[in-house]
Parts: sequence; structure tokens; C-alpha cells
Amino acid sequence: MIAFNKYYNHFNLLSSVLIVVSLLLLIFKGLNFGIDFKGGTLIELRASDSKINVSSLRDRFSQMDLGDVSVKKFGNDTDFLVKFENKDNKKNIIEEIKANLDKSFGNNYDFRRVENVGPKVSAELLKSGVIAISLSLALMLIYIWIRFEWQFSLGAILALFHDVIVTLGVFSLFSLEINLSIIAAVLTIVGYSMNDTVVIFDRVRENLRKYSDIKIFELTNISINETLSRTIITSATTLLALLAIYFFGGEILKGFSLAMILGVVFGTYSSIYIANTVLVRLRVSQKTVLREDDQK
Amino acid sequence: MLYFSKLRILFITLFSVLFILIASSNLFKFDDSFFNKKINLGLDLQGGSYLLLEIDNEPVIEQKLQNLTTTIRNYFKEKKIKINNIEIENQNIFFNVADNYKQSVLDVFQDENSDLNPYYPRFKSHQLEIEDTGLNFKVNFSRQGLIKLKNSSQDQAIEIVRRRVDEVGTNEPNILKRGNNRILVELPGLDDPMRIKSLLGKTANLTFRFVTSDESDRFGVEKLKFENDLEEAMVSKRIIISGENLLDAQPKMDTQTNQTIVSFTLDRVGAKRFGKATSTGIGKQLAIVLDGKIISAPVVRDTIASGSGQISGGFTFQTATDLALLLRSGALPAPLEIIEERTVGPDLGQDSINAGMIALAIGFMLVIIFMLVKYKIFGLITNVTLIVNLFILLGVLTLFEATLTLPGIAGIILTVGMAVDANVLIFERIKEELKNETNNILAFDGGYTKSRTAILDANITTLLAAIILFFMGSGPVKGFAVTLGVGIFTTLFSVYFIARLFTSIYVARNKNKEKLI
Repeated sequence: MIAFNKYYNHFNLLSSVLIVVSLLLLIFKGLNFGIDFKGGTLIELRASDSKINVSSLRDRFSQMDLGDVSVKKFGNDTDFLVKFENKDNKKNIIEEIKANLDKSFGNNYDFRRVENVGPKVSAELLKSGVIAISLSLALMLIYIWIRFEWQFSLGAILALFHDVIVTLGVFSLFSLEINLSIIAAVLTIVGYSMNDTVVIFDRVRENLRKYSDIKIFELTNISINETLSRTIITSATTLLALLAIYFFGGEILKGFSLAMILGVVFGTYSSIYIANTVLVRLRVSQKTVLREDDQK
Repeated sequence: MLYFSKLRILFITLFSVLFILIASSNLFKFDDSFFNKKINLGLDLQGGSYLLLEIDNEPVIEQKLQNLTTTIRNYFKEKKIKINNIEIENQNIFFNVADNYKQSVLDVFQDENSDLNPYYPRFKSHQLEIEDTGLNFKVNFSRQGLIKLKNSSQDQAIEIVRRRVDEVGTNEPNILKRGNNRILVELPGLDDPMRIKSLLGKTANLTFRFVTSDESDRFGVEKLKFENDLEEAMVSKRIIISGENLLDAQPKMDTQTNQTIVSFTLDRVGAKRFGKATSTGIGKQLAIVLDGKIISAPVVRDTIASGSGQISGGFTFQTATDLALLLRSGALPAPLEIIEERTVGPDLGQDSINAGMIALAIGFMLVIIFMLVKYKIFGLITNVTLIVNLFILLGVLTLFEATLTLPGIAGIILTVGMAVDANVLIFERIKEELKNETNNILAFDGGYTKSRTAILDANITTLLAAIILFFMGSGPVKGFAVTLGVGIFTTLFSVYFIARLFTSIYVARNKNKEKLI
């Protein structure tokens, strides 16, 4: 049996630090919103001429009076991602750019993807993203509150907040782009992290009913150990699937799978070291569970 | 419970085979229409254009209010009530009435049978609201009135949009309402939406009006620019004929001048008016105005009574074709703005499909190898279940002809990774039971029953997340929610029916085996 409970305090401290740092990052550095949430234009361009590279593209685009233009390589050497704000929401911007690029590069390039999101739509998408995440947290809270005692709900929700905030913190730290698929990833993380926590909690409650003489400090450790191989196997298979998406699923799914990988790692960690320590700190005992049973 | 009744086994087998057949209809052609269904590929996978259009209702409201002032003035004139200082400001109509008439004006507006101010009994609301500000009356659209107006302009606009898109002839366009002032246009297979965008961006309001130098024209005059933005002309506000009078319009080659022109045919009313105007206006310039710009202003040389004519204006064949198309399909009730556009080229779509399939294959292999190494026989059973599960998932998606997107493929891969969870929970539990229980069958049973709540809880939480994603997400993300959500149900089915069937058979044959798992 591994003595997870020996490190409860250490990891609580670490988690607190992670959350504070993430919050500071989110407040002061903020998130790198993609055009979905910021509005603007995105062009994925594939070149068939080696003359077309980041610097020559940057050169061309800077002459077009589009404001801040970002040009990056996308996946391989012939693909590029161009993003700009399109502040005035010009109507025929894509056609103008095409005409302009034709002059210098001829027909040696191709627009593989064009996205243009107006300011109104991006504001709405951001709003509905925030609503979706808040709603999912609220629903999880309600669900766990119905299924378990309030101490458990608090533990699970704290673990969830930890996972969401720290994952977003990592995205802020490395200025990774937040787009619609990241919201999907965050929601899935919420589901996954909850899933992981619930399995351990289920065992904790079962053991609470079974043993009246074991303190919660010891009992959580027993429960974590009993469910440990399941935790490891499920995390492992999920991570294997996610790694396959990350490395082979193409550029578009990179951000999504990265967020999910982070989420699975944090989610597994938090079910052990946050959810359970809340039970310990709230001095959950057999009475907590039995009282609830009586009411039911 | 090791015993599976024959009926149950039959049901499980039939159910699985059915969905495997449905899923395989994506690869083969079946004659039967029930089986010949296919998963729709999202725009991000097959390539195509997604356009979200917003109707700018401001001009419609302005126009309606403009008409209303005339209606109000005439209505009260008939009732011998004098209306003064009627004017429009900030989408409100203001007017004055003598004090002794105030009540009767209010009565007219608040009468449920009023023909001036329609009443919607369902919403308990009039079309217009009236307020006595003390200084004057203020009339504006009520909330319901505005909604009705927006709905009706959306209805008209979507019809025109549909006609224009159909005329261009793309395959299977999808045109839907969004809210009460937006229209969603999905154009599969179209990788350069430039032409459609420019067609949808035009209101196509066509009018024929005389060029005038007389500032005191009874109808008023306005200064309009030519299409080339260089010249200007004073044009009367009196409309001779408008786009509504057109029956047909076609691009043509003028054999005399060798120019591309648009020829048009007028309806009876239009032909009459056009004939009259051209007979009285010989020698005058007749401006052809499209969306506030003059295309051309030819001099009237003859009376045109035939009800057909032509527009020239330095067109190329393409611009003439487009103008004819716009005129045929009619004018939009209000300008449209493209507020969101997402276009994916077909080769990127194919690349995404390939990458998704490779990721799925590799993810699947990794999980299968992992399970086999970890659980041996039980791993093998899990893997068989996993494969059947994948087919059932694809079968369900096919049955409902769901739309598969790139994130949707990611959802399938993720389902593969998470689907083993339930089996793992059960197997680990059986292992634990075996520590205190020598009877394999009892341990096996205990493993299944005692893991049930955890499995249920775990899947419900994921399902909740998927449901929220489905309702809040858009486009590709919705596809992810669908595969994730459907995956939960197929997983539970395959775990509790298929995997359980196989494990039961195995355990029944190894009742006394040491180290069952």
C-alpha cells in the first residue's frame, strides 16, 4: 500500500500555489484568445514555392494595411497560418489579399482554410463558452450533491476548479491559443475529473460504512489504494488515445488534445490529492454517511 | 449471475449485427434504403463554406415608420382630427394633437379591433405603443411589433437567399434560420465562396428614375454616384419602375455594339408605366439605379411599349450574368452582412479525415495492446467488446445520419480510451473480491454488482458534460458532443451485455481456476 496520505499537506500546499499562480497568470497575463473569441480573420495557406516563407509572407501582409498580422508556420514547412484582427470588418478582405498575393507569388499558393469572425459573433461565442463551463460546473455540483453528502460535493468541486484553473493557467503561461475546441476540451475535462473523483469517493463511502474504527485520514488512503490500479489503467488508456490524437490527428486538433492531456493528468492528481484531503480536513466520519442514510 | 437466456443471447447478437451492418453501409452500397444510410461529413471534413448572415433591419424599420406617418396622417384626416408636426426621430414618430382630441387618438391606438394598430391576442400586445409625453405623442414599435417585423423580413430574406444560392447551383446547400435576424448558409463542397458572398452581399434594389436638374421636383431629388464612383447625377425620387416589376432578366450579347447587356421583361403594370414614362420623357436621361448607385443613365430615344428593354453598363459576361441573377431572384428586404465565415478547402478536409483515421487506428491499437498485456483473456474480451462498441457507435451515428466532424473523430478516439474504464472497474473489483472469496462465481458476481454505482456515476458525469456541449457548442464542437454522448450509451451496452456475456462464459468454464484474472 502506498502512503498517499503522508503527502496530503505537501500537495495541498503545491496545489494552492498552482492555483494562485494560475489565477495571477489569468489576471495579469490573460489568455491568448483566437479569432473565435476575439474576432478577426484566419487564413491557412499552403505554398508550392519555396520562395513563400514566413518572412516573405510577413513582408507582403505588412504592406496591406491590415493592422497587426501574425504569420506562423503551421505543422510543416509549406503550411502557414496568417491571423489578423480585421478591425473594420472589411467585406472583401479575402479577395483583396488574394489579388495582392497573386502579384508577388503567382499561382503558387492555395488558401486551405479561411475563417472570418465578426466582433458580434466572437463576443457571443465567448459568452456562451463561459456559460457552458459555468453551467457544467453547476450541474456537476448538483449531481454530486444529490448523490453524496455535502463534504464530498465540496471536495469534488474544489478538485474540478483546480483542474480547470490550472489547465487554463498552463495555456496562459505558454500563450497557447484558446478557441472553440479548447472550450470543448475543458468541458470534457470537467466530466473526466468528476468521473475520477466519483469512483474514489464511492469507495470512501463504502469503506466508511464498513469500518467504524478507522480514521478518515487512514480510510481515504485505503480507498485510494484500492482504486489505484483502476485509476492508473483508465488514465493510461485515455492518455494513449489522446497522445494518438496529439501526434497523428493533425494540426487542428493539437490544442484540443493538449488541453485534454493536461486535464487528465491534473484530474487524476486532484482526485487523489484535493478531493480526498477535503474529506480529511472536514473530519468526515462514519456518522456523516450514516446520518444521511437515516434521512433516506 | 452467469446464466444468459438463449433469448438474451439472441437479442445481443442481433442487435450487434444490425448496427455492424448499418455501420458498414458507409463502405458498401446496399440496395435496401434502410441500410443505405451514410454518416454526413461536416464542412470541416468534406470542405465547404459556412456563412452566417445578419439582417440589418434598421432600414426596414425606417421605411415602415415612414409609411406609417402617411397612414396616420390620412387615417386621422378622415376622422377629422388634425395632426400637427408629425416627424420621425430615433425610430419614434412624434406628433401633436389639440388637447380635446387626445383621448380619441389614444382610443384609436389602444382599441383591440383597431385597423391602424393591429392587436396580437396571443401576446396581449399591439403592434405599436403610444405614449403621451405631455408635449406630444410618441409612437413606436412594441416589443412584439418589432419581433413580427423581424420575423417577416427574415422570412422574405431567407427566400431570396435560397433563390440566389439555388441559381448558382451548388450541391445540397443548407439554409437555415438562426434567431430572428440571422440566416445560416452552409455550402458543402464550395471552396471559393467569393461569388456567393458577393451575390448575398447585394440588396439588389433596382429602380428606374429620371435624371433631373429641377431641384423643385415634386417628389424630391437626390445626388447619386455612378458605379465607377467618379461621376454623379441628380436623380428624381419618383420611381418609374422597380425590380418588383421584372418578370425575367437574362444576360445577352448586343450584336450591334458587341457589348454584354442584361435584357429584361416587365410585367403588365411595369410595361404600362414604362411605356408612359418613355413616351413623355423622350430626350431625357433615365437612370438605372441599383442599391443607391447608378449603373447607367441612357437617353430615352423612343417610346418603349413592348415591356422589355435592356441595361448596358460596361458589363463583363460574368457581371451581366450576376446582375441578371440578382434581378431574377428579387431584392432582399434589408441588407445582409456576413458576420461569420468559415471555409475549408476540400484537400484540407481530406487531410483531416486521413489524420483522424490514422489517429483513431493508432489510438485503438495502443489501447488494445495495453489491455491485452494487462488482462490477458479478460483483455481480449475487452478488446472484442471495444471493436463491437466502435461499430455500434458508428452504426448509431449512421442510423441517425449524424454529422461527423474532426472534433467528432476526436470524440470517438476519446471514447475508445474511456470505454475500457467500465470494464476495468469491474475487473479490478472482481480481483478484490477474489482476495476474500474462493468461489470464482461469487467473486465474479460481486465484482459486477459492487462496481455498478461507480460506473453509473462516472458515465453520468461525462454525459452531463456532453449534453451541455451539445446545446452550447456550435458546428464542429457539436459533432464532438454527439460522438462523446452516443459513445457513453454504446459503451454501457457493450460492457453490460457483450463483455458480460463473454466473461460469463469464460468464468463458467473456469469455475475452479486459481487466479481467475
